[in-house]
Amino acid sequence: MTPAKALRVDRIACTGQGMCGELLPELIDLDEWGYPVIKDRSVPDGLRTHARRAAAACPLLALHLDARRT
Amino acid sequence: MKSSAATHVAPQHRAPQPDDPAGARLLSGWYATGAPATLADHLRRHGPAPVAPAPGSRTSMSLVEAVEAAGLTGRGGAGFPTARKLRAVAERGGRTVVVVNAMESEPASRKDQFLLAVEPHLVLDGAVLAAIAVGADTVHVCLPRTRTAQYRQLSAALDERRRARLDPVRLHAHALPHAYVSSESTSLVRWLNGGPARPQGSPPRTHERGVARRPTLVHNVETLAHLALIARHGPGWFRQTGTPDEPGTTLVTASGAVATRGVLEVALGTPLAAVLDRAGGPTQPLRAVLLGGFAGAWLPAEHMQTPLTRRDLAPLGAAPGAGVLAVLPHSACGLTETARILAYLAAHSARQCGPCHLGLPAVAEDFAALAAGRADPDLLSRLHRRTGLLPDRGACRHPDGAARLAASALRAFADDVDRHLAHGACPAAGHRSPLIPVPPATAPETWR
Repeated sequence: MTPAKALRVDRIACTGQGMCGELLPELIDLDEWGYPVIKDRSVPDGLRTHARRAAAACPLLALHLDARRT
Repeated sequence: MKSSAATHVAPQHRAPQPDDPAGARLLSGWYATGAPATLADHLRRHGPAPVAPAPGSRTSMSLVEAVEAAGLTGRGGAGFPTARKLRAVAERGGRTVVVVNAMESEPASRKDQFLLAVEPHLVLDGAVLAAIAVGADTVHVCLPRTRTAQYRQLSAALDERRRARLDPVRLHAHALPHAYVSSESTSLVRWLNGGPARPQGSPPRTHERGVARRPTLVHNVETLAHLALIARHGPGWFRQTGTPDEPGTTLVTASGAVATRGVLEVALGTPLAAVLDRAGGPTQPLRAVLLGGFAGAWLPAEHMQTPLTRRDLAPLGAAPGAGVLAVLPHSACGLTETARILAYLAAHSARQCGPCHLGLPAVAEDFAALAAGRADPDLLSRLHRRTGLLPDRGACRHPDGAARLAASALRAFADDVDRHLAHGACPAAGHRSPLIPVPPATAPETWR
């Protein structure tokens, strides 16, 4: 079994492109400037592929999927 | 902040109170003489620092144990257990580094500047003892570039120690560019590594990989001075005052409408009203106090019997923070004071993280409009929403602190908010000189 994953934004790298919010609206809202607001850090198994895709799509590589610390 | 060299003059102080149960600890010698301690004074007053004798032995770990038993927590704001930090660095092993955070960028705080001026060797003893305990061979002392007199004084103290061959580790003084966020521990590490004095998001954490990629311990001036006294007198002595959960004394900077503005040493757990009494009491009927600093919270007058501890203040959304206690009288407008502080905090964003870079000025502008009575119908809901979006979204805690201040002002001055929205600014908003001195809200000139 693969370990649980958690979302993390590198706040300094992020420039508010908003891609993550569009690709993963289940877990990420965007504020009025396009910066991500993480609704829930923990990624449910069903959204893992989407989350991985959103992380890969970030042009600044600012969205990360970490092994979740419990 | 060009003006800070001029503001370095020691604040006024009350005479010692011999029957004070807390006893002056950090400031005791100063109360006795009123003069800064030379190395000779310091050694006469405190005796030599108990440096672990046997090289290569694990005896230095006993300091960590003593600090743990004493229950010392960081006196910078976060209140993290000091022993846990020491242990985290010591356990990494190898050559480690100690950084003394003497930046004190909180404009309403003077305690670290004052302590470093009157007891430089107590602070440096603490840094050297901590260095030995964690296996560091180097101590970096970081001061703001603007405080030239303080830098000269520190350099003189370091020379005295060098001539006396006192320390088994190297000590270096550094003058850093000064901004509110440059006193973040990650800013210091980043600057010492050749970068800008701006916060660095984690990971890696400073205790894992800091200065020169080595495990790095960062403590502020007051914390290290307490550590130096614990090393001499032991945890039992430290716990003779304060509360069982939060033992010892802490330094407080009293300002605003109090009889005697300045730095005080009080036992943790002292009721806020008693702290104010020690500063001569309020000079006018008290409305609220700004507790903790610019990243702190407004506490209305009815809470003045609350003991000064993290535990007692937490339910009120407040914390001792950097030990700032600024008194707001009834005649002042809390919204105007808050708006000025928020404008300063917005200007001092490191401009690295969007929520802080864009959100903080937006909150500050809304607050300025509210204070000036220029509010539009959507202002309050917009202000609440934007304030709620600041915390936990930066590489450091700067936006969190600003949000805490803004939210506490909306709570503490709720009546004023209604009045400003309905009838425009109150008379106090425009016709009174500011109560809390706020440096100009301009961006720092340089980060390097």
